[in-house]
Amino acid sequence: MIVNEKVAIDHGLKKDEYKKICDLLKRTPNITELGIFSAMWNEHCSYKSSRIHLKKLPTKGKQVIQGPGENAGVIDIGDNDAIVFKIESHNHPSFIEPYQGAATGVGGIMRDVFTMGARPIANLNSIHFGSTQHKKTKNLLRGVVHGIGGYGNCMGVPTIAGQTSFDSSYNGNILVNAMTLGLVKKNKIFYSKAAGLNKPVIYVGSKTGRDGIHGASMASASFDDKIEEKKPTVQVGDPFTEKLLLEACLELMAGDSIIAIQDMGAAGLTSSSIEMASKGNLGIEINLNKVPCRESKMTPYEIMLSESQERMLIVLENGKEEQAKKIFDKWNLDFAVIGKTTKSKKIQLYFDNELVANIPVNTLVENSPMYDRKWKKAKLPKKIKIKKEDINNLKIIEVLKKILANPNICSKEWIWQQYDHTVMGDTIQKPGGDSGVVRVHGTNKAVAASVDSSAVYCWAHPLTGGKQIVCESFRNLISVGAKPIAITNCLNFGSPENEENMGEFVECVQGIGEASSYLKFPVVSGNVSFYNQTKDQGIKPTPSIGGVGLIKDYTKMITMDFKEVDNSVLVIGKTEGHIDQSLFARVIINEKNGPPPEINLFNEKNNGETLLKLIENNLIKSAHDISLGGIITAVSKMCIKGNKGINLKKPKYLINEIEYFFSEDQGRYIIEINNSDLKKVVDLLNKNAVHYDELGTINENMLFLNEKTKVTIDELKEFNTKWLKEYMSN
Amino acid sequence: MKSAVITFPGSNCDRDMDVALKKFGFKNKMVWHQDVELPKSDLVVLPGGFSYGDYLRCGSMASKSKIMQSVINFANSGGMVMGICNGFQILVETGLVPGVLLRNKYLEFICKNVFVKIRNKNSDYFKNINNEVLELHIAHNEGNYFCTNDQLKEIEDHNQIAINYCNIDGKIEEKFNPNGSLKNIAGIFNKEKNVLGMMPHPERMIDPSLSGNDGSLFFKNLINNLK
Amino acid sequence: MKISVIITLKKDVLDPQGKVIHQALDGMGFDGVNEVRQGKYFEINTNETNAKKAKDKVEEMCKKLLANLVIENYKIIDTQ
Repeated sequence: MIVNEKVAIDHGLKKDEYKKICDLLKRTPNITELGIFSAMWNEHCSYKSSRIHLKKLPTKGKQVIQGPGENAGVIDIGDNDAIVFKIESHNHPSFIEPYQGAATGVGGIMRDVFTMGARPIANLNSIHFGSTQHKKTKNLLRGVVHGIGGYGNCMGVPTIAGQTSFDSSYNGNILVNAMTLGLVKKNKIFYSKAAGLNKPVIYVGSKTGRDGIHGASMASASFDDKIEEKKPTVQVGDPFTEKLLLEACLELMAGDSIIAIQDMGAAGLTSSSIEMASKGNLGIEINLNKVPCRESKMTPYEIMLSESQERMLIVLENGKEEQAKKIFDKWNLDFAVIGKTTKSKKIQLYFDNELVANIPVNTLVENSPMYDRKWKKAKLPKKIKIKKEDINNLKIIEVLKKILANPNICSKEWIWQQYDHTVMGDTIQKPGGDSGVVRVHGTNKAVAASVDSSAVYCWAHPLTGGKQIVCESFRNLISVGAKPIAITNCLNFGSPENEENMGEFVECVQGIGEASSYLKFPVVSGNVSFYNQTKDQGIKPTPSIGGVGLIKDYTKMITMDFKEVDNSVLVIGKTEGHIDQSLFARVIINEKNGPPPEINLFNEKNNGETLLKLIENNLIKSAHDISLGGIITAVSKMCIKGNKGINLKKPKYLINEIEYFFSEDQGRYIIEINNSDLKKVVDLLNKNAVHYDELGTINENMLFLNEKTKVTIDELKEFNTKWLKEYMSN
Repeated sequence: MKSAVITFPGSNCDRDMDVALKKFGFKNKMVWHQDVELPKSDLVVLPGGFSYGDYLRCGSMASKSKIMQSVINFANSGGMVMGICNGFQILVETGLVPGVLLRNKYLEFICKNVFVKIRNKNSDYFKNINNEVLELHIAHNEGNYFCTNDQLKEIEDHNQIAINYCNIDGKIEEKFNPNGSLKNIAGIFNKEKNVLGMMPHPERMIDPSLSGNDGSLFFKNLINNLK
Repeated sequence: MKISVIITLKKDVLDPQGKVIHQALDGMGFDGVNEVRQGKYFEINTNETNAKKAKDKVEEMCKKLLANLVIENYKIIDTQ
């Protein structure tokens, strides 16, 4: 078919982008070439709107082995061990088909990790749905949870932590972000950079079908009359094949025959082959007739753009083909030599003995468009003056019950019980805590990971919100006794072509950068998802941060459940009474304006590091960071988990009780201490200039403030656990 | 004592079982599903996972794999064969133990700790174990045990029920049944008691840092009984 | 009136189950199988006596619940 400007626009390219393609090629591209350009130059692959800003993120650190730009980031955890990790979005497919969308999201991120030679050891996810009243929410939630479980459980990788939120801004565009951690020996990490000439290019895994081929292009009448049958199809995940692919790849990786390896994710064979060639500054020649296809009569265009799952591309050492094929035969997977590396620096595709695409690699990568989009700076909203009479009549216990039962706070057991979180036999902190923790198999070390986002704060003030999530991730790792090492980010935003949405992106990234730089918590991998919107309305800006930390001696891990009656409970960090944008403000007094809580990076770092010292000295019995819902919500969860109560007292220095207990000031933790250690702890806190309040002492089974303000823990537990179960059961 | 763990395509608790068996003193060998001969073993384990992706029916295709004929012969000659979770599903598909495992009653995968009551201490699996109740861990989508009335009568007549879901005090009631299993059945023997299929994973409970440590009691007792 | 419906995956949608069952059959020595695709079969017994109306109803059920039209087709194969 003839390629012209209209066809290019149907492929999602802009007029000037099409012109640039013709200029670069010095001719009109054919349809296969146009498809390749459209895939490589789209937002997802080219980061054309975000690149310029992402460059500013801190990506280096003492423990960073590999930063952004590879399949995943890699950090050093000592003793020749390294952790490979990344988070990625699968938002749009999950909205169309929640089960398969979520499942293939999980499959894709695991492939990114084992492509680098690492065995996946933990999965996490961050999932966001529309209002609980919205008619689609329940089915989407059920489908996504089943999809995540269906894939992760079958792979035999534990899902150890996650985050779920509900907000009407996701009504027409849910978010599904999946994260995987893998373990690898430092000297056995594999990269995607091709090297050497005439090396065989190998295709392994599943066959190629017409899955997920770019919608716009299919709609153009480029194919025969059987349009119905050739409609873009949803990618279907096959976790069983991926499990085989994982074992086969790791078996091959144990030897030394692989030069480069790259999974076929978005834009399948196109992006994988081009990335390998580009990184190696080489060309690649592929005979498309050799690609294992599932359907008959697939065209070069379809083969190159298919997003069939569970496939990998490998550049192998010469002469190792037979040995490699044996491994893939054993695991019943397709294996085909489809091409070779060349010095042409071009991507050259043959089909039926004809050259069907001939594109210089640099035009697809280095010369891809990069935009400095217009963006609007957000103003810090004015602080709201909350009328005293609005809050003075509230009964703390009643408010607490409502907050504990709020969809964004309540127990997510209904979700994580459907995820196998104990397979592999190393999960020492399961979902529901501040971080999930898995042991590094066969060692005394453990790795902690958490995933966080605070869309409301980011929406109120993107710069502060960006900082806040990094800090929260930092705190969640410290609360379990892990030293934070690095983060991965999944940046979910509205349209970059909308100045406000673009502004949210720019300033959130700036906030993330400032906090991660100050906390020495660099960004080693990530992904950007734009165009999350319903009609023209973007979602609340939702960067998700996946943090990873190390516990050197796993017996020192901390959990949040209260341990022992009569132990003392302290709050670390100062409570100023910041109510604006708190859950209390939004849910109880229906106030949605005002600035998010301020971030003081010095305090974050100092409070966190001091707590780590206390943990290191075995002085902490339990710990929990204070976030959504404030002190009393945090302390209630510790009570519920430990089946213990607490006698609370409010320090005299501040404000009224509601503000003290429900405000969401940052940089705070609750800790439990044995009374015999109290002096040591207080001395250490004073020595490090860390503010603390004495919050109370642990009792058998009652949250007690005064005769009027008391409630049994069983009752709180009931409020905390029943909402989601009831919601999903009717 | 020698043990063998069979790896099917899609098995994913094979390593965990290997770790557990070795921890308690077994000399364990991993056996590939396409092998024909079993190594000389005192115990053969069919591990958990999703053999063949749980496609068609859980365990159905694995039960037809090459190695299974040897496993069946070994069991029929009195050898100890234990199937955990997907391994249990494979065992019912071979017919070595009676019944079937249906989809969980609430149609959801369940991963959590459960208590089970030991019902029969006359086998080498549970002989001499001090506890009446063990805290173990389940992680499955199809663990809802079912059989016909006639089969049930036979099972009961031959004391083939190995463990039932219960509470911490050993009470066997419907409300402690996580998946809808008939009579709260969590594990079952063949008539001769040398073949055991059960849904709970003792291999995930072998260290106090994990979800629990009662799996250690099970394995320690097992190896002592086999000595 | 009893209506029978078959739900199958659309032609180009990957059927992981069918693929693996195919491989297993090969492994068991059943030669010459080209492809296996797995579907679902429903028998729906309704009070409706008018065949056309019953079919329409079942068709609606397929669209709204029984089939996931993103990836599946349905076919009413029998009414009796």
